[in-house]
Amino acid sequence: MSLTLQEISRIAELAKLQLTAPEREGMLTQLKTFFELVEHIKSVDTQGVAPLSHPYATVADVALRLRPDVVSESNAREANQQSAPDVQKGLFLVPKVIES
Amino acid sequence: MSAIHELSVKALQQALQTQQLSARQVTEHFLARARNHGASLAHLASDMAPQSPSPSTPGSKASCGAFLSMNEAHSLKAADESDRRIQAGQARALEGVPIAHKDIFVTQDFPTTAGSKILAGYRSPFNATVVSRLQSAGMVSLGKLNCDEFAMGSANENSAFGVVHNPWDHTRIAGGSSGGSAAAVAMGLTPAATGTDTGGSIRQPAAFCGITGIKPTYGRASRYGMIAYASSLDQAGPMARSAEDCASLLSVLCGPDIERDSTSLDIPSADFTLGLNQDLQGLRIGLPKEFFAKGLSDDVRDSVRAALDALVRLGAQLVDIELPKTELSIPVYYVLAPAEASSNLSRFDGVKFGFRAQGYKDLDEMYLKTRSEGFGAEVQRRIMVGAYVLSHGYYDAYYVQAQKIRRMISDDFQRAFSQCDVIAGPVAPTVAWKLGEKSSDPLSNYLADIFTLPASLAGLPGMSVPCGFGEGHMPVGLQLIGNYLKESQLLNVAHRYQGVSDWHTQLPGSAA
Repeated sequence: MSLTLQEISRIAELAKLQLTAPEREGMLTQLKTFFELVEHIKSVDTQGVAPLSHPYATVADVALRLRPDVVSESNAREANQQSAPDVQKGLFLVPKVIES
Repeated sequence: MSAIHELSVKALQQALQTQQLSARQVTEHFLARARNHGASLAHLASDMAPQSPSPSTPGSKASCGAFLSMNEAHSLKAADESDRRIQAGQARALEGVPIAHKDIFVTQDFPTTAGSKILAGYRSPFNATVVSRLQSAGMVSLGKLNCDEFAMGSANENSAFGVVHNPWDHTRIAGGSSGGSAAAVAMGLTPAATGTDTGGSIRQPAAFCGITGIKPTYGRASRYGMIAYASSLDQAGPMARSAEDCASLLSVLCGPDIERDSTSLDIPSADFTLGLNQDLQGLRIGLPKEFFAKGLSDDVRDSVRAALDALVRLGAQLVDIELPKTELSIPVYYVLAPAEASSNLSRFDGVKFGFRAQGYKDLDEMYLKTRSEGFGAEVQRRIMVGAYVLSHGYYDAYYVQAQKIRRMISDDFQRAFSQCDVIAGPVAPTVAWKLGEKSSDPLSNYLADIFTLPASLAGLPGMSVPCGFGEGHMPVGLQLIGNYLKESQLLNVAHRYQGVSDWHTQLPGSAA
């Protein structure tokens, strides 16, 4: 594992986190230490083992359900928008994204 | 009769139903205690908790910092409704008994922060299923409890609204991430609380604060309205003084939520109090040798051993077992949980809820600034780790590999359960450490999760039961792990043990 500052910047961009130069350095050091701890999972022989996502699937079949695609909620626009930072006429406001 | 805050859920339930106490009287008593001994930093910033009481003495020796918000008018209204029902002979199962909720559950009547600045000012339009179920059983909500930001932490030092102090020693951590829940119960600010456990977040703080807590089988309690940290691991559960109290709360809290939680198991809840008082004769308790290896401190080992001896006297037999991948649980968990977290936390972007940073020139910068200012250091670290292990070229090597080892860990448990009925060991390698002791080194926090992570990864029910005091007269927890859906058996073992021990009835000086 040779994590670099460039990779830290790339991941931060993907994760939409803005790191200052010293924060990037700190993150690099911490993640390097972290991946030293994690590295040895790569050497575990997992040939023929299926990944487990719902733990109860260890003992029984678990199918992730889909509900019928029908309206189940009533309109609660006001309640849903009460905590939004910026709302106008029932719409969430964000900075302009289309160039005029 | 003991002081109201020393009564168990069961005793309160009886006193309320026989009208020896009114729900208003009980609620007022706990609200006053929460106000005087539970205030946190959040109470200093009124915008964080719009309906919070005026600050009493935040950060003072008398305050543990467990409560993030209260709404006394609302709580008293619910208490009056309980009194009316009791008088009308329409009392529900837990009518009038107070409870407080980890601030990871969304609530209509209180702000919800998940311990994060990014949710400052957020009001949920609905209640989490767990909260609704407890309210429908007649419980009165007292308020919301401090926790590590988005439940990420083992010390409750990662909350944006201040640390939670351990009621047994204010210079020590309460544990995490459900630290506010554990401290509030231990200090008698509420008779019960909800918690969530992703990698040990119910069991470890329960152990550190000397209370009882249970995490049910993954899928038994609804995750609807529980702010997601690591969806394939997160599970809600009750925290209270005794196994008996946990049993009555768990009966209400569990059950299918088919329409709202796709991972909810279609298995009905049960009255878990009915299984208490079963004979332990012939019960095989498995002791994983990895749980008693080096790294376990002597004081914890001695208390756990003494508890096991007590269980043997009750008829149980001890069996040596192996969980060979115990150590691998740490890297496996710390790949899977951050991966899921990085995905879950992408919804916090400054558009729909809570906080938005100031001074941005475009949409991208608004996202960047909002998330960088809104999330704390540990959350940002885990988002970074998660985004990395999910990114192109690393997904198979880390994420999928960790999911495969997760299955191997779960299979190891199934092998172990062919030799024993219940697994026992310590909850944590040491008692609660000093505030700040490990906060500069996140990895040392991670390593301390070693005994709780395996059952989390396997999705097994696990509980913490007070079993003595170690270094600095700090509580020690006995961990019990059961096979899937064996909550009743776990609670029975814990209840029988509590019938011959009194650790769970001891209160810290701060609870006076």
